[in-house]
Amino acid sequence: MPPIEMFDRRNVGKSYPPYEYEVGREKIREYANAVGENEPVYHDPDAAKAAGFRNVVAPPMFAVVYSAGAMGPAILDPELGINLMMMLHGSQEFVWGEPVVAGDTITTQAQVKEMYEKDGRQFFVFESVSKNQDGAETVRGTWTNIVRGG
Amino acid sequence: MKDGDQIPELRVTPDRYLPHRYAGASGDFNPIHIDPEFAKNVGLPGNILHGLYGMAQVARANSAAAGGDPRKLKRLSVQFRGMGFPEKEIVVTGTVKETRDGVAVIETVAEQDGNQIIRNAQAEVEVG
Repeated sequence: MPPIEMFDRRNVGKSYPPYEYEVGREKIREYANAVGENEPVYHDPDAAKAAGFRNVVAPPMFAVVYSAGAMGPAILDPELGINLMMMLHGSQEFVWGEPVVAGDTITTQAQVKEMYEKDGRQFFVFESVSKNQDGAETVRGTWTNIVRGG
Repeated sequence: MKDGDQIPELRVTPDRYLPHRYAGASGDFNPIHIDPEFAKNVGLPGNILHGLYGMAQVARANSAAAGGDPRKLKRLSVQFRGMGFPEKEIVVTGTVKETRDGVAVIETVAEQDGNQIIRNAQAEVEVG
């Protein structure tokens, strides 16, 4: 457990620098293959366009790929004092908006949404908001990390 | 899709090297996922699946239930519990809890050998 003086609720609301991610067609393919997303819209530009997308579309959970660069500095923030060795990813929510397609530039900003202690465990809740190059929100993520007591 | 309906079951067996491919695809190279020796040294039975890979299987089952169109999946929340392992079949099942305003709320579970690795998952998908 971080020393109690480091578990500082004044960090609630703290936000981190925006992270920009350029979405590549082959990165979508690599991700889709890894998770078993075989629908043609994730692989074939013609199929994607026929379905009304501007280019091959990213599977919804590709959100973790373009959000990761924004989440890293938040979780590693020394002011939060998260003990990474004792940290578990407890729960996760995504709310999707505009689809993400190859060629998009997605900007994600993370902030500390809530911190609390319960049953001897510390809960760190982060929110990420991702927008495309037109300012349309593509996903809003809520990431709950739990640090077990030592 | 109506209240009480089951969504089509999704079954997938991640092979031994799947965690390596998912690490490359996602950028999460935490050694507990890709290095069995490291995992054992920190008290795990072996290298474990990425939780977000399991969540991706839940997402896939729900968007498939909505016809395979990624635009239909509007929201997904999950809890990560238990540990998933490569070379064991994952079974994703779901039940429609309610439908309102063209959106179905689907409660979903992913399990391996009867052990829940994703639980209390709730998806909202557009229907009709």
